[in-house]
Amino acid sequence: MYTHLRRFFTIALVAATCLFNLPARADEPTQHDTDKVAQAVNEEEHKIEHKLEEHEAKFNIGEMIMHHIADSHEWEFSHGVSIPLPVILYSADRGIEVFSASKFHNEHHEYNGYHLVHGDSEQIVPVDESRKVYDFSITKNVASMLLSALILILVFTSIAGWYKNSKGKAPKGFNSAMEVIILFIRDEVVKPNVGPKYEKYLPYLLTLFFFILINNIMGLLPGSANLTGNIAVTLTLAVLTFIIVHLNANGNYYKHLLSPPGVPAPLLLIMIPVEIVGVFMKPFSLMVRLFANITAGHIILLSLFGLIFIFQSIVIAPVISLFALFLNFIEIMVAFIQAFIFTLLSSMYIGSAIEEHGHADHGH
Amino acid sequence: MSLLTPNPGLIFWMLVVFLLVVFILAKFAWKPILKGLKDRENEIQGALDLAEKTRAEMAQLKSDNEKLIAEANAIRDQILRDAKDASDRTIAESKDKAAVEAQKIIESARETIRNEQAVAVSKIKREVATLSLEIAEKVLHRELADKASQEKLIADLASSARLN
Repeated sequence: MYTHLRRFFTIALVAATCLFNLPARADEPTQHDTDKVAQAVNEEEHKIEHKLEEHEAKFNIGEMIMHHIADSHEWEFSHGVSIPLPVILYSADRGIEVFSASKFHNEHHEYNGYHLVHGDSEQIVPVDESRKVYDFSITKNVASMLLSALILILVFTSIAGWYKNSKGKAPKGFNSAMEVIILFIRDEVVKPNVGPKYEKYLPYLLTLFFFILINNIMGLLPGSANLTGNIAVTLTLAVLTFIIVHLNANGNYYKHLLSPPGVPAPLLLIMIPVEIVGVFMKPFSLMVRLFANITAGHIILLSLFGLIFIFQSIVIAPVISLFALFLNFIEIMVAFIQAFIFTLLSSMYIGSAIEEHGHADHGH
Repeated sequence: MSLLTPNPGLIFWMLVVFLLVVFILAKFAWKPILKGLKDRENEIQGALDLAEKTRAEMAQLKSDNEKLIAEANAIRDQILRDAKDASDRTIAESKDKAAVEAQKIIESARETIRNEQAVAVSKIKREVATLSLEIAEKVLHRELADKASQEKLIADLASSARLN
């Protein structure tokens, strides 16, 4: 995808440069003979190539996008302004090592036998390649996650405090806003999909919704981490849902898995593998859906901003900014929709697994 | 492709932080919030139920009152009717009684009149006899003095007696 992007922008750039040079070429006297024209064209092409090289050296949009989407050991707010985060490494021979990521700020990005590799994303590798090291660093994503966790806990415990202290009073302000969302999740998402035993799963599903929502929205802030667009995060969430579904699933669910009712015996040979694949497809689709939606949104926004730097034109910048603004609103909507969909589908998976008289939900 | 390879360190932190958030929120946030919401819903439902019950009671009371009023009216009408009947009866009775009494009085008056008449007649008879005797006596007396005048007297007496 990265090379495609690169090719696309190169072509766009060439086209744009040609367009910008049109008036200049129109001014040229027409009586020149063909040799001179060819020479001029060659010169123009040479100029374009030169400009292109210059641009490539100055600004690489693909790198910029990957850099913004990927995790990092420092929290960079803008170029050069960054907070170094703690690096935590575990290796069998050295045990746990903790040091600041700013220690890598040297010519070779090397510290204490470790090397910080800047590829598509950052990676810490030991200089001695025979050693195996596990990286548990508080990266930008982890820091952002901790921040969101803190916000969630503060916000919802304070709301809970209000419920304890002002019993029998009408909700006000921020409380009512949160209450609407909580009630929506409870009454429209969890209750109808999970079924009568919904109360057991409600805390998990509510946390899921608000965790995804706050991280989606935080991801849209400038200089923030792309947490819900990280596959490790969506993987963890999907696996947690998978575990909850299969810990609580009743016999009906497993029976249905191994002998789907109303299927002739020969077809079972096909149906059972399909059902089993389906079991894993559900969390897989959860994982990919959230990851892809959020990452795609970030890539589109960053591409738009990147265009501004590529064109470096006072005419194009406001147009692109307006378009980026519009996309930002869409991304806010997507933030809510994806949180909602993740919660909804999790509720449906749970609901189909604990259903008593079962027609398990197919086709998700 | 680093975008698609999950980082184990991040998975670890994600698991730890997310589970912590779930447990903390479940214990300190969702439990009181959901309880508060449920309590409020129950309260509202209770209030609505109470209002419904009160309304039903009011309707019941109203219909009871109407029944009572209707009963009272019926009783009043009955009493009035009875009273009227009683008074009518009394009036009729006293009328009959009065008529009978009057008849009796009239009867007794007639009796008395008849008795008085009989007494008067017998008295008159007696008087007439006495008068006749006296007249006879006087006639006898005059016979002694004048024959002519005697006869005239007799004629007069006889005529006057006839007038009686």
